[in-house]
Amino acid sequence: MSDALPPFALPAVTRTTLALFAGASGDHNPIHIDLDHARAAGYDDVFAHGMLSMAWLGRALESWVGPTHVRDLGVRFVHLTHVGDVPTCHAVVREVDGDVAHLDLEIRLADGTVTVTGRAVVDTDALPHPSKENPHE
Amino acid sequence: MTVTVPPSTFTVERGRVRLFAQVIGERGTVHDDLDVARAAGHPDLLVPPTFFYSVEIEDPEGFAFLADLGVRPDETILHGEQRFTYLADVHAGDTLLVEPRVGSVQPKKGGAMLMVERLSEFRRDGELVARGTTTLVILRREESA
Repeated sequence: MSDALPPFALPAVTRTTLALFAGASGDHNPIHIDLDHARAAGYDDVFAHGMLSMAWLGRALESWVGPTHVRDLGVRFVHLTHVGDVPTCHAVVREVDGDVAHLDLEIRLADGTVTVTGRAVVDTDALPHPSKENPHE
Repeated sequence: MTVTVPPSTFTVERGRVRLFAQVIGERGTVHDDLDVARAAGHPDLLVPPTFFYSVEIEDPEGFAFLADLGVRPDETILHGEQRFTYLADVHAGDTLLVEPRVGSVQPKKGGAMLMVERLSEFRRDGELVARGTTTLVILRREESA
């Protein structure tokens, strides 16, 4: 039995992505884009915006159920994501309750570090049906 | 003392939605490609699920309430948790009214941390289209003498 959805892989985090996300998202906190500022604040380097990770989870969710089928998305930011990290989004279907399904979400780095945990509520009908691909069904 | 957060309005620009979507890796989707969006029945680009946070933080006064709670500029503010509930699709061209209020305010770890909730409602022409909950974690610092 597998209630896990296919992992959604992301490219390595670059400084360019952080700079562009600062502009696109409107979060101009220099801790994410200015190395001098990050060092003065006691960090070795800049690190990614939490909301960049959540945006990736939103993308991952829509890769699984399509846009307009996400009813609720909540996350907890539990670990920093650094330049060079390679995140992957994971989801498990925890419970199907009529027309809505509850998913447990996680973003993990290549070394297994969990950076974000979360939950989503999506339309049950929109969940992928692996059994449809089974020719013997 | 009741701490309040002023409402704000934000018109969702198509170019901003496209840039946001492409920066997070969307290509040829309802979020960054107008033809794809219209073919899927959308009137314009569909905002990505987490774009609502950008709508919220566009108001420079949106987090000024922290000072009213006694948070000082030298204290570290972390984004601990974020949640959105979606009630209707929002597209480029829509104007949203953001109505935030302060939720729970709880000291943790013997006062070393302060957890602050900010609850927001997003309305379009009066219709509630989304809700957001932001949980901030403030790392308290001893006031210097």
